[in-house]
Amino acid sequence: MSTNEWPLWEVFIRSKQGLNHKHVGSLRAADAEMALQNARDVYTRRSEGISIWVVQSALITASDPADSEAYFEPSDSKVYRHPTFYDLPDGIEHM
Amino acid sequence: MEHTYKFLLRIGDDSLILGQRLAELCGHGPILEEDIALTNISLDLIGQATNIYTYAAQLEGKGRDADALAFLRLEHQYLNAILVEQPNGNFADTLVRQFFFDVYRKLLFEQLLTSTDEQVAAIAEKSLKETRYHLKHSSEWVIRLGDGTELSKERAQFAILDLWRYTEELFYMDETEIQLAKAGVIPNLQDLKPLWMEHVLSILNIATLKLPENQGFFGAGRQGRHSEYMGFLLAQLQYMQRVYPNMQW
Repeated sequence: MSTNEWPLWEVFIRSKQGLNHKHVGSLRAADAEMALQNARDVYTRRSEGISIWVVQSALITASDPADSEAYFEPSDSKVYRHPTFYDLPDGIEHM
Repeated sequence: MEHTYKFLLRIGDDSLILGQRLAELCGHGPILEEDIALTNISLDLIGQATNIYTYAAQLEGKGRDADALAFLRLEHQYLNAILVEQPNGNFADTLVRQFFFDVYRKLLFEQLLTSTDEQVAAIAEKSLKETRYHLKHSSEWVIRLGDGTELSKERAQFAILDLWRYTEELFYMDETEIQLAKAGVIPNLQDLKPLWMEHVLSILNIATLKLPENQGFFGAGRQGRHSEYMGFLLAQLQYMQRVYPNMQW
């Protein structure tokens, strides 16, 4: 038996109601077509979705948790970036 | 009516017995994803068998239900093709068996869509979507195994040589099929054969796999004469209903 592991793929599913694909998990597959079929079998067997994306995990560039202070904390102190200082005219809903 | 009943048993038994074979792999698939894929297909097939038997039982009109047909017949009363009762063997054996069957079933269900029997047409329509996916799955695997490593190619090729002899039986016609074809309930199964061959060859060519030459064919499952594997399969399939009659869960 081969000891080589198939590459890891990340799976994104768009649900019937949803507009965007959401990450649901990962799986192993030898190629893209197999990854799609496996995703169909593993992640949509209870009618969870109407569209599937798969992408090889190795192709995703992720931010480094060690950099999270530098990356994300500076925006914490900038409340003025939220548009909360405007008076809303009457009659505007869903803001 | 009697002919339709018999034909339904033939295709219903194909579904049930192959579904049982694939169910044996539950928890034993080569990888988790494929384990789920194969058991999904098993459940699809058993679901198809349920629909087919329900209609068959209704036509028979002797008060038997789908469960009675599935679990309480004797070996010689099952009319599945011998191909589907063959053991799972290695992964290539399982997938080549599935591939030969899926091509046949897709062609059959496509033709049954226009059956003069509305129930048969409805069953075909429901089953066809599943079958198309099964065929996609098994075709991809036959290509991957044939065009894969030296070992996978060898095993796929051996599976083809081994299982080829059982494929002719899929197109078997006796008085039942001849009468039903005349009445427009089913297609002429012999007409499906060249289409089947064309499809099989198109995939095997991509997979760089070959068909055997000058090999004889074998199989009388459609008449209830089975291979030595069938009794063991039925023992497992029927055990609970035999030991605890009418049990439900």
